[in-house]
Amino acid sequence: MRSLLQFLARFHVFFLFLALEIISLILIVNYNNFQRVRFLNSSNRISASIYEMSSNLTHYFQLRRINEELATENAALQTKLQKLQVVDIFSQADTSVISDTTYQFIPARIINNSVNKQYNYVTLNKGRLDGIEPDMGIIGPNGVVGMITNVSAHYSSGPSILNKRWRVSAKIKKNSYFGSLFWGGNDSQYAQLNEIPFHVELALGDTIITSGYSSIFPEGILIGVIEDFNHDSGANFYQVNVRLSTNFKTISHIEVVKNNFLEEQNNLEEQNDND
Amino acid sequence: MIRDLLKYLIMLVVLVLLQALILNNIQFSGYVNPYLYILFILLLPFETPRYLLLFMGFFLGLSIDVFSNTPGIHASATTFLAFLRPFTIDLISSRDNIEVSSTPRLHQMGFGWFMRYTLILVLAHHLFLFFIEVFTFDGFIYTLSRSLLSASFTIVLIIVSQFLIFKE
Repeated sequence: MRSLLQFLARFHVFFLFLALEIISLILIVNYNNFQRVRFLNSSNRISASIYEMSSNLTHYFQLRRINEELATENAALQTKLQKLQVVDIFSQADTSVISDTTYQFIPARIINNSVNKQYNYVTLNKGRLDGIEPDMGIIGPNGVVGMITNVSAHYSSGPSILNKRWRVSAKIKKNSYFGSLFWGGNDSQYAQLNEIPFHVELALGDTIITSGYSSIFPEGILIGVIEDFNHDSGANFYQVNVRLSTNFKTISHIEVVKNNFLEEQNNLEEQNDND
Repeated sequence: MIRDLLKYLIMLVVLVLLQALILNNIQFSGYVNPYLYILFILLLPFETPRYLLLFMGFFLGLSIDVFSNTPGIHASATTFLAFLRPFTIDLISSRDNIEVSSTPRLHQMGFGWFMRYTLILVLAHHLFLFFIEVFTFDGFIYTLSRSLLSASFTIVLIIVSQFLIFKE
């Protein structure tokens, strides 16, 4: 016993080192399972408010570009509205377009963002008090950005597409074949789409949109276009390289998608799992 | 003594904020990221007890983790750095050129000594950090080149900081 204590005392620095490394490893591994340690993420109060101060400052210098982006989006929405009004004249009784309130949009701003890590996250300046909850999608003026996983009173955060742990259900617009889209970790402009079988006809430049199967995003939100594709010998699916439509290096104003029937849909799907 | 404590505390806060708000947003060619915050561990006085070094390394790393959503990754790398520091000092200096109550700084230890000191520790830290981050040896060369590029960037920043701010 005594010699054991002596041994421990002699190498106490090394054992302390081992203990701290083991604590770190436990943190890392827990985190890998997406079971985040609740307090150690950037939606917590102190770090988020510091990020917001910094973002308010830098935000000011980007106003011009942001204005242009919002004006473009505004113009696109106006065009859509015009088309809808034309439809409306011919079918007064058809209110299916107007009464579809499955999805609501909450505007917010990105106050922290990264593109150069393997696991990139965004932090938003809206939180629980603004109606934001985990599992909501984030979309920008040019398409899908990410989803919310952590929410505090005034802030929220979650993975962007540029996060190797996150996948989004996507489909090819022209023929509706769907697969899963994920980021390979190298270039912030490209992501990979797989599970597209060989018999599907692909062409460079085909538009990739959300499939609507995941209940996080509505169907038809833009993700990107096909940059190139190939099939490895022995593989069952195409390797499709998708150029993302969102520029993650400059993104600022986004909308959070709220699915009003998320709970209902999940409850229904759980019953399937129970069978 | 109190003044020194205050000085290190200010340095800690400034380095963490600098890292979280500015350096983490630097993106040269997409994947080079300098980690200047480890300068805090490098500059602690020679007589700092080893257990204290380890604790400070751990909590410094953890504070960076909180800002970058990576629980444990920076903490493990900075703890490793703090563990290596005393061995590196023993390795590159003879007994008589370290005076008690001096600090490992460029203007006290000379350019050659400080360069070797920074080179060894920054390389060790960055290699550890980048491999812990990807958690695999797949794509070994890619991760290696990322860590070497970032390390050289960090080393330049540390040397420059010694000439600009800590020259006294």
